[in-house]
Amino acid sequence: MKVRIQTIIILVFIALLFVIGSFVGVNPAMSANDVVMRFVMNGILVLSMVPMVESGCGLNFGVPVGIIAGILGALISLEMELGGIGGLFAAIAMGIGFAVVLGLGYGLLLNKVKGDEMLIATYVGYSLVYLMNVFWIVLPFRNPSSVQGYGGSGLRSTISIDKYWQNALNNVFSISIGKYITIPVGTLVFFGLLCFAVWAFFKTKLGTAMSAVGANPDFARAGGINVDMIRVISVVMSTVLAAIGIIIYQQCFGFIQTFSAPLAFSFSSVSALLLGGASLNKASIKNVILGTFLFQAVLTMTPTVINSAIEIDASEVIRIIVTNGMIVFALTRKTKEAK
Amino acid sequence: MEPILTLENIGKQFEGNYVLKDICLELAPGEVVGLVGENGAGKSTLVKILFGMPEIFHSGGYEGSIHYNGKPVSFSSPLEAIEAGIGMVHQEFSLIPGFNASENILLNREITNNTIISKILGPKLATINQKAMDERSNASLGALGIDIDSRSVISELPVGYMQFVEIAREITRDTVKVLVFDEPTAVLTEIEAELFLEAVRKISAAGTAILFISHRLQEIMSVSDRIVVLRDGRLVADKPASELDLGRIAELMIGRPMGADKASARTGTEKAVVLKVDNLWVDMPGEFVYDVGFEVRQGEIFGIAGLAGHGKLGIANGIAGLFKAGGDVELRGTPLKLNDPMGAMKMGIAYVSEDRKGVGLVLEESIDLNIGFNAMQIQGKFLKKILNGLFSFRDEAAMSQAAGYYIKELDIKCSSGKQLVGHLSGGNQQKVCLAKAFVLEPELLFVNEPTRGIDIGAKKTVLDALRNFSETNGTSIVITSSELEELRSICDRIAVIFEGKVAGILDGGASAVEFAMLMSGL
Repeated sequence: MKVRIQTIIILVFIALLFVIGSFVGVNPAMSANDVVMRFVMNGILVLSMVPMVESGCGLNFGVPVGIIAGILGALISLEMELGGIGGLFAAIAMGIGFAVVLGLGYGLLLNKVKGDEMLIATYVGYSLVYLMNVFWIVLPFRNPSSVQGYGGSGLRSTISIDKYWQNALNNVFSISIGKYITIPVGTLVFFGLLCFAVWAFFKTKLGTAMSAVGANPDFARAGGINVDMIRVISVVMSTVLAAIGIIIYQQCFGFIQTFSAPLAFSFSSVSALLLGGASLNKASIKNVILGTFLFQAVLTMTPTVINSAIEIDASEVIRIIVTNGMIVFALTRKTKEAK
Repeated sequence: MEPILTLENIGKQFEGNYVLKDICLELAPGEVVGLVGENGAGKSTLVKILFGMPEIFHSGGYEGSIHYNGKPVSFSSPLEAIEAGIGMVHQEFSLIPGFNASENILLNREITNNTIISKILGPKLATINQKAMDERSNASLGALGIDIDSRSVISELPVGYMQFVEIAREITRDTVKVLVFDEPTAVLTEIEAELFLEAVRKISAAGTAILFISHRLQEIMSVSDRIVVLRDGRLVADKPASELDLGRIAELMIGRPMGADKASARTGTEKAVVLKVDNLWVDMPGEFVYDVGFEVRQGEIFGIAGLAGHGKLGIANGIAGLFKAGGDVELRGTPLKLNDPMGAMKMGIAYVSEDRKGVGLVLEESIDLNIGFNAMQIQGKFLKKILNGLFSFRDEAAMSQAAGYYIKELDIKCSSGKQLVGHLSGGNQQKVCLAKAFVLEPELLFVNEPTRGIDIGAKKTVLDALRNFSETNGTSIVITSSELEELRSICDRIAVIFEGKVAGILDGGASAVEFAMLMSGL
């Protein structure tokens, strides 16, 4: 297996952060735990990029569409007072339902703007988020955990799921190593299963057709493939995976974030995938796993180590510099790929 | 005369494989040297080395030495080569479409007038002396023997004329001593090509040394003083053109004698009609088909000939469903639904596109997948079922076995079926396109431009493969080609298309004059 030089540089950088961290008093075990947790939190959102990349719809900057579907599922699950694993999977099931409907519309729209998918997807993400900002106020949710404390109507911007299904899947078969490290086996296995499912899908007839549509639409059309339909299917798949992804994220995080929060996931998921070595129309499961790990490790470690070293709280500043720096890095990679 | 350019023992290896070895070549002022060889023989690598293309250095440099103008040189970028006086005319144009001819010819070397402003603020602000530029451009264009107004805008010129503007640009450089032409006539019509060769002779008479690369051997013969033949990265002949003839060059290129290629007339009228086409129209940009009708019989190889733009390519594209079409098409008496590629293939029609890279192949996928893709999607081949047919996955083993058969059968030169199609040469890509159609086991096969842009050796393999496939499986094949000689060598009957209609259908054995008459609408 070929290891790219960028991957090695980042790995060395992460190792260096661990070493420096141990000198400035950062607990390496705690850091490792953070990295693992953030890996499982974000993995599925990064995975959700794959179908659209493979079908030639580009990087899914419209990931908020799927995230909103997931949030709707999660909120309804809360409204029904469902807790534990059951509550989590009820949320996922409903999230998938919303994602299919939204994904269909999103996919049909993207078919009308072939060639500019990524640009339009960004607009779609923003538009839908702000449209939903209205609905988060007026939708008739009644659960006291979800709605604003004073008026009794309108959603909070962060909703605790402490009483319902926080860590429901993390705690399944979880393994504790020492004092600080807990491996969330249940969620890891779930992520693994989804990765396997996506990998297997691209070995089927439909999956092969999807890759062909992405690689050369004219070739696919000459082979009797309904290119538009395959593209819509890929968008629905990406949207459904994003909905599942955000619910797993909430399960680990302990909160449902509404209003403008969904916007925060586009750039991080896109750059994680690119960092993993994906190109504009080719992405593999290896890219997903490697990219999520590298991206989250750097994002977790850099602020902690630097904060401890200079003893002021610069974490937010550093986080922004790191995330955007990575997108710039990833985009320079992208143009290289295009040549 | 002292040679202006000398290549000594040039060699180039990629990861241990020599693609060029011990090439020695001399070019004297005023001499035209024709460089021929099959695809992959090393012609373009040689040119890249001469011009110092970056990819040569990135892959480890080259062996041997180059002497130019009496001094050893090693260009590290094309810019250096151009500055030293080696010009290049490409197959693709590098002209600015919105500029006029003289602006393109003198780009960045404009003749300027000094003004007060430019004297103060620097020469970048000098005004253009359009009159002097026109004179200069007209002189160059005139030297080529072509009548182009130097004020005409490039985008409005016919394709052939663009080539002349490009050459004019190269010869306007005072320093130019060596010119390299890479397939310069590929886009020209016959008359334009003739004018072009005349221009090449004029340039060389003026003392410029010329290296001329072309697949068209007649041209090479007519224009070159000396002919150099490359085969598999080695120089196999360097002889005066007068000592060679077409057959000998072809033999040298492929390393074996050419056999006779005449098809025997096989099909009689007693065979069943497989395809019946009536009142077909196809809306294919640049190749409109207005009203075409013909019949193809069982096991017949049917040719479609005609000049570019008259619609011959549109016929197969329309029937295969790639462009909007209408009319009556019947396959064995069953009406074919048009505009439905899937339906056409399900009925047993396969189609090999003239656009190999754009439509025929996925360049970044393996040979295996390219060959198996249509058969998998249309006929459900190469799938294995898991869990009682709940899921069906790609059967890589079966696919690779099928591909392996065709790799051997069609002599596709590759490291294995896993190699990416984009890494193959044009001829081998064409063979993959054929294999992709063969594996569908069609009843009727459409092949557009099967030999466009591929070398003699691959041409022969491709045509033999088509003939064998038809003979073994009784498949009817409809071949559309711009190369009349090729159609006459393989087809039983040939329809000539003129202005979107059938001008006439002739036997393969009919005389070239009859074909020429039909093609020009007489």
